[in-house]
Parts: sequence; structure tokens; C-alpha cells
Amino acid sequence: MEQFLQQVVNGISLGSIYALIALGYTMVYGIINLINFAHGDVYMIGAYIGFAAITYAKLGFFPALVITMILCAILGVVIERVAYKPLRNSTRIAVLITAIGVSLLLEYVMMFFVGAEVRSYPKVLSGEVFHLVGVVINIQQIYIVVTAIALMILLQFIVHKTKIGKAMRAVSVDQDAAQLMGIKVDSTISYTFAIGSAFAGAAGVLVGIYYNSIDPLMGIMPGLKAFIAAVFGGIGSIPGAMIGGLSIGIMETLVSGYGNSMYRDAAVFAFLIIILILKPTGLLGKNTREKV
Amino acid sequence: MKKILVLLFTLVCVVGLVTGCGGGAANENENDNGDVAATEVKIGINYELTGNVASYGESSVKGIMMAFDEINAAGGIDGMKIVPIKVDNKSDPAEATSLATRLMTQEDVVACLGPATSGNYMATIPVAMGNEIPIISASATADEGVTVDKKGNVNEYVFRLCYNDTFQGVTMANFAANNLSAKNAVIIQDKSSDYAEGLAKNFISTFEGTGGTIVVQEGYVAKDKDFNAILTKIKGEEFDVIFLPGYYQEAGLVIKQARDLGITAPVLGADGFDSPVLLELAGADALNDVYFSNHYSSLDKDPKVQDFIAAYTEKYGVEPNAFNALGYDLGNYIADAIKRAGSTDPIAVKDALAGTENFVGVTGSFSMGADHNPVKSIVVIGLKDGVQSTSVKVGPK
Repeated sequence: MEQFLQQVVNGISLGSIYALIALGYTMVYGIINLINFAHGDVYMIGAYIGFAAITYAKLGFFPALVITMILCAILGVVIERVAYKPLRNSTRIAVLITAIGVSLLLEYVMMFFVGAEVRSYPKVLSGEVFHLVGVVINIQQIYIVVTAIALMILLQFIVHKTKIGKAMRAVSVDQDAAQLMGIKVDSTISYTFAIGSAFAGAAGVLVGIYYNSIDPLMGIMPGLKAFIAAVFGGIGSIPGAMIGGLSIGIMETLVSGYGNSMYRDAAVFAFLIIILILKPTGLLGKNTREKV
Repeated sequence: MKKILVLLFTLVCVVGLVTGCGGGAANENENDNGDVAATEVKIGINYELTGNVASYGESSVKGIMMAFDEINAAGGIDGMKIVPIKVDNKSDPAEATSLATRLMTQEDVVACLGPATSGNYMATIPVAMGNEIPIISASATADEGVTVDKKGNVNEYVFRLCYNDTFQGVTMANFAANNLSAKNAVIIQDKSSDYAEGLAKNFISTFEGTGGTIVVQEGYVAKDKDFNAILTKIKGEEFDVIFLPGYYQEAGLVIKQARDLGITAPVLGADGFDSPVLLELAGADALNDVYFSNHYSSLDKDPKVQDFIAAYTEKYGVEPNAFNALGYDLGNYIADAIKRAGSTDPIAVKDALAGTENFVGVTGSFSMGADHNPVKSIVVIGLKDGVQSTSVKVGPK
């Protein structure tokens, strides 16, 4: 039982990271129907920005997190403006391929500047551990989960209570109609990219601190897993991304913990295939008919 | 615009022609005047200077360059200056192969040193055999397919300066059973590398031979970051030691996460642990009761080792690790062979390499075995708070 609880704690901290990344996927998909494959790399760049902020600017955890989120938001908007906006009226496959191109560009430009070596994160949070009914909880795990929950509440607030959130929802339902109602579609899309990228950046810093190891290709696998989380929760749905992220995280740890650790990734990807066959819209996805 | 292009094209052709001719002329000179003493000897250095095992490549090259600098400062090999030709294979076997081809066919090297890891080194073997130019690696420890091919024939032009994984796996299993009195062991291995696979296989057979039991065997793949799930699983088992065959990038994280979860059992590994990055990733608190087999220890009291450490520290400002030491030995070994061969003919150098007897290096003295593997001893290093605190020497089989 203790072991099971410990595995769930491990799964929740891993899942919170996936959920934070999955939010960006789902928001962007919801608004322009694009799977932004460069998203995992924004997460990687976030980890490096946090690294620089802590190591060279000697900032603490919270200032570093905020700076990373701001810079990643700007990066997300730049990517959208430069790579995706000119293709807004092209075929979806063209934009998708561009997204893969942007992803590779970010990875290898970063590798050029920082090298391929893994770097270890400076210690900003103590690694103190608590023992709670036989379960070991690291203070960094608490930071991860609390930060993730706080950011998700903030996002729910933005989407449902603010004007920009209202605009986002309108654009995701019908872009043309939203424009006719006087909503600035371009800036709404930019905001969406900014928020999604900021969350990915935050996830990057949290991962850097928790696992203490970052490298330029670190975004690939978590990016794919977060994408699966978004699909599982229902792509386009924000609560779906949170549930999806946590589920994938817990699933991974349970497969490693009670099955065979070598089947962990295989199990997650097999799961994606099963969802796509049985319930393509995901857990909370809306079943909308394609407009002809 | 078109004119400029044509002009450029012509220019490229002319330059190509001139340099091509230049190379050819130099070749002829060397061949015609074989008895006239050459003034320099070119040695290829084909290492992982960037990419995921850059730490090994860079460390090796630092050691090699130090040896070459010392030899050149002392007048070179019989008056010939060593000219190292350094290339970066980006930790990629395909790149390593094409660079080996370039070094051997265009740069006219006498021998090639490197790459540092077995996979990349093995990729260059067909090139060396085809061009009949010797290659030597100081750290390619794979059991199969390096100096001896699949049919059991010795690869004539392929040498190494280190023992193989069998010896490391066997030594660590005996160390666990005899020095740590371990009865039950857990294995967490990198499933994506031949290196870890070979170590695990030999550890298991030897450890079971001493009456021990392997309780659980878990795996991960390179670049994994989260090991909490498998560590939580093994925490519930009864065991005395963890054997962790793999490289420092993941080993550092596994050790950190294991200690955070309250697993205090000794952790054993092999020479893949030897990198300063291990300490950065795991943190000093986690690196207690960690033992790994290695090629050399800075704790060795041998004056040759201590002199090397002093000279290296003066030159580069940091203490040398095993890859630096192996690189240094490699540089001296090839120079020694060229001197004994008395010529820069790759075939004569190959024979001299194979006939080495009692070469004295900082990573131990050795004679080259018939299978082109050195017969040398191994060191098991123990870490305390991330610093090497004990070293035990184990002789060759």
C-alpha cells in the first residue's frame, strides 16, 4: 500500500509537468487547429532560460520562473508570427510540417549555442524530504504540483473571466464570426501562443530543478507524451489537458512500478492508439461535426 | 549574376585542381624518398568533441595533446615532430567513419587515435582494415567486434589500451561478493547500449557463481530523467547492492533519486561513471557508498602517476580523470611504437604496436596480448561525498 501511494506521488509530480505542457498543445489546437510540434522545444528553451537566470543572474526560484515565463511567451509569439501566421490560409499539412521544422530549428540552434552536453541545474530549492505515513515526498515535488495547480487555476480564470479569454473562446468556435463581431483574431491567437508557451517555460524550469539535468533534446519525449495527454483529455479542452497529463504520468509510473519498466513508453503510445480508435475526441472533447 | 556564378565555379575548380596536385606531389615525394628522414609524422585524432559523449572525447584529447606536446618539446620522435590532425565526429558513428576515411586517404596519417566509445570506434574498423592503417582507442571497452571479429580472427590494424567489459563486469561482481559481502543484488541497466548490456551479462553470471542472487533486473533507456517509479519498486525488495551499468548522464540521476527515496545500499558501476558531470548531477550528498571500476585512480602512490597528475594539473588547471590518463598513455604509446618501428610506414607501426612489451603508463603497465587487448590491472574506486576516497587494484586474469 505504501509503495502504491509512493508511486502515485511519483506519478502526480511527473503528470503535473505533462499537464503544463499539454495545456499549450490543447490551447493552440483549440484556436487554430494546429498541433504545434515546436511546443516541446519551447519547454526546453524555458529550462535553459531558467538555468541562465539562476546561474548567471543569481535569481531565486520565483523571479527565475517569472522571467522564464515572460521570455517564453515572447518566443511563442515570435514563432507564431514568423512561422505560422503567413501560412494561416494554407493547407493544414503545410503548417504541420512547418511546426516540425521549427521544432528541429530550435533544437539544433540551441545545441549550437549551448552544446549537446547535459548540464546540471544550480540548487535553488532545498531537496528536503518529508515522510508521510511511509511515503517519501520531496519538497521539490510539492513545488511542482503547487505551481502547476496555481497556473492552471490562473488559466481557468483568464479563459472564463477576462475579456481576452472570452475572445479566445469566440475565435475557437468560429474565427470568421468572431472577426465580424470586432474581435482582433490575430492578437487573440498571439495571446494564446504567449500563454501556452509561458506554461511550457514554467514546466521547463520545474523539470530542471527537480531532475537536475537539462539538454537541448530534452523536449522531444515530454513533448510527445504531453501531446498524448492532450489527445487523451480531449484536444481543445483545458480541463481535459490537466486530467490527461496527470493520467499519463500516473499510468507511466504504475507500468514501470508494477509491470516492466521497458514497456513504459510502449504502453503510453499503445494507449494513444486505443484512444484514437475508441474515442477520437478524448475524454472531455466536444464531438463537433466537420463543417463542409 | 550568371557571370559571377561561372567565375566562382571556375575558381572552385582551379583551387580543387591545385590542392589536389599539391597533395599528390607530397605523396610521391614521400614514396620516392622513403630513406630520406621525414621531418614530421601525422597522426589522426578522431574524437567525440561535441554530441552526447563529448565529455569522454574531450577528456581523451586533452590527455593525447599533453603527451604530444611533451614529446615535441623534447625534440619529437627521432627528430620528427608529431603533427596531430584533430577532427570532431560529433559522437556519431557515420561521421566517425567518414572522418576516418578522410584522415587515411587525404591526410596521409600514420595512425588514427579514437574514437572514445565502442560504437563509434567499431564503425571505423572497416576503414582501417581497408586502408591498412592502424587505429587505437584508449577507452572502447566492448567485448565483441572490436579487436577480434565475429569469426574470432584478430583485426590486424585494430588495437586498444583498455581491458574489456567482461573484465569490468566480473571484477565488480567479485567486489560485491567479497569486499561488500553482498548476497542479493539489484540491476538497473541502460537497455539502449551494448556497453551496459555486456557489463550486466558478465556481472550476473559471476555474481550468481559466487552464490549470490539477482533480485530484480530493471532497465531504462538513454535520456530518461525519471527513475522514481523503478526505484520505488526496488525499495520494497531485500537487497545488499545495486549494480548500475550505464553512463554518467543517467547514472547521476538514478543515484540522486535513489538517495532521495531513502535507498542507502551501495551502488556499483563501471568506467562510464568517470566524469565530473556525475558529481554535478547527483550532488555530493548522494555520492556515498558508490564504487566503480576504472582504468586509473588519482590516489595511486606510484611516482609516475603522481608526476602525471602534477603536470596535468599545472597545464589544464584541473585534476585529470581516467580518460585524460588513458589519452596521455595513448599519445605516448603511439609515439613509442613509431620510435620502435623506426619508420612512418603504417604497416611497420602496426607490427610495433602489436609487439609492445612492458609499456609503462599512468594507467598501469602492460604488454599487448595476441588478441590486441592489453594485459593490465583494473582499479575499483570508492566515492565518499562525491570525492574518490578508496582504491583497490585488481590484477589481470
